[in-house]
Amino acid sequence: MDFPEELKYTEEHEWIMVEGDIATIGITDFAQDQLGDIVFVELPEVGDTLEAGKNLGVVESVKAVSDVYSPLSGEVVEVNEELPDEPETLNNSPYESGWMIKLKVSDMSGLDSLLDVSAYQEFIEND
Amino acid sequence: MISTESRGLVLDEKLLFEQSQPGRIGYSIAALDVPAVLPESKLLRDDISGFPELSEVDVVRHYTRLSTWNYGVDSGFYPLGSCTMKYNPKVNEAAARLPGFSDLHPHAPDNFSQGALELMYNLQCDLGEVSGFPAMTLQPAAGAQGEFAGMLMIRAWQEAKGEKRNKVIIPDTAHGTNPASAALCGYEVITVPSDGVLSKEAVAAVMDDDVAALMVTNPNTLGLFEADIREICDLVHERGGLVYSDGANLNALMGISRPGDLGIDVMHFNLHKTFSTPHGGGGPGSGPVGVVEKLKPFLPVPFVVQDGDGYKLEYNCPQSIGRMKSFFGHFSILVRAYSYILSMGGTGLKQATELAVLNANYIRARLEGEFDLPYKQRSLHEVVFSEDGLHNDCHTLDVAKRLIDYGYHPPTIYFPLVVHGALMIEPTETESRQSIDEFCDAMLAIAAEAKNSPELLKQAPVRAKVKRLDEATAARKPKLRWNS
Repeated sequence: MDFPEELKYTEEHEWIMVEGDIATIGITDFAQDQLGDIVFVELPEVGDTLEAGKNLGVVESVKAVSDVYSPLSGEVVEVNEELPDEPETLNNSPYESGWMIKLKVSDMSGLDSLLDVSAYQEFIEND
Repeated sequence: MISTESRGLVLDEKLLFEQSQPGRIGYSIAALDVPAVLPESKLLRDDISGFPELSEVDVVRHYTRLSTWNYGVDSGFYPLGSCTMKYNPKVNEAAARLPGFSDLHPHAPDNFSQGALELMYNLQCDLGEVSGFPAMTLQPAAGAQGEFAGMLMIRAWQEAKGEKRNKVIIPDTAHGTNPASAALCGYEVITVPSDGVLSKEAVAAVMDDDVAALMVTNPNTLGLFEADIREICDLVHERGGLVYSDGANLNALMGISRPGDLGIDVMHFNLHKTFSTPHGGGGPGSGPVGVVEKLKPFLPVPFVVQDGDGYKLEYNCPQSIGRMKSFFGHFSILVRAYSYILSMGGTGLKQATELAVLNANYIRARLEGEFDLPYKQRSLHEVVFSEDGLHNDCHTLDVAKRLIDYGYHPPTIYFPLVVHGALMIEPTETESRQSIDEFCDAMLAIAAEAKNSPELLKQAPVRAKVKRLDEATAARKPKLRWNS
């Protein structure tokens, strides 16, 4: 399983890539593997305001429907329009083509609670 | 054990559209012997292009053949966890077909419907006795609509006191319908983690004056009794909240413990689970809701009350949440449930519960050496295994598919979500020791196959009419028209 060094992670199995005040968010390789074949994705709309810990969207696999929680607060500036039509991208390329949204982060202090790659790997090994 | 060597004919069948022949008809309607009256032209629709034209025998054979592909409680063991697929006694069908019930027009006035009203009144009372709730609506179409009705009553009660609350607490083991019902009523859902069962501390940590209700299933979807339920109810009540109970698992409590006595304020029943009425395609379901006295003014109208020596439908209820369902709910299902209650009697209902719990624990005891049991607390009417420990990268889905080869409907899989690769088995009370042993033998054989010949699981089912289906593509790119 692949966990890029340069990304941040959450215990809810999301990854976050921060560039300036823009955070790109998706679900991890571990998350897509646990979910199995993903068949439906629901994303917020550009302009929506998200609150850390609240709903960002929905991912449905052949096994289950799961809410995705926003790791940070901010405004949605871009969503991956391809995903709803090609949900399998989340399985095939969770860190690249499978990105979900880009968020303009309103509270940068939220970054402090994110996990680095070693902390995340330790978390999934113990969970 | 069911032999994996047995053979039988499984015949293919074309769609009705593909069998259609121009001009073929099933019935000749008698010649018109009164003056013709045509509806206004705007009410007429165009001919439906491609509508199948078939004879009576074409149609009978089509559906009879399709029915041979089916699997139901009348064809075999159906351990679908959380669904309580108990046998539907045929005496219920005889009762529902009595002409006084089956031919009764729903617009018949109360004085022509006394038998039906008496049955509904008695059913309200009997369900009240089983559950400990003094007031009852029989209207909701099934469990989820029962939840919706219950949550609307909770909201109406709080609004009548001048309160507007915005949150509902739901444990992580809940059926998905619970958060859906709460959300449909406009509430924000607060999920509380449970370690198998819900703790007072976990509820206390999220309980505040903005919480309208706690929704809880008891026993929960792991088959575990929520032992702290009374104190949890007290805690919610102290802050002005109410407690909703999802009665999906009442089959583990009936005749033993009454939710109304435990501090629950509202609960729906699933007559199609606990009270032996048909599920799904053979249904419809029915989801009566029982409430405590203070919620009675908010019940949907109408409900049945005594009126002198007889019965009547009560509509005069100004604080009612209104009507939930056309007419009086699924009346013929109510007849079946009442037939079940009368034929079982109080002692019989209690015995059903005891046997349901015994059967589930027998399965647990026979399988827990080979299948991983993540929650080891004493379970009631169902048992949930995980996929951990299956050999050679075999998963829950593979076990479920292989069970089809052994002639069984698979159990519920991948639910509850708190269990990794859940296999949720609920035998119900209606299975004999022999049928349960045969099922356990099949499960143990499958665990051994996972160890020794995993390809048997990975390819399964190989003996069914269709082999392993590509469920992901079916969900991603569904074909919704036969000829598109």
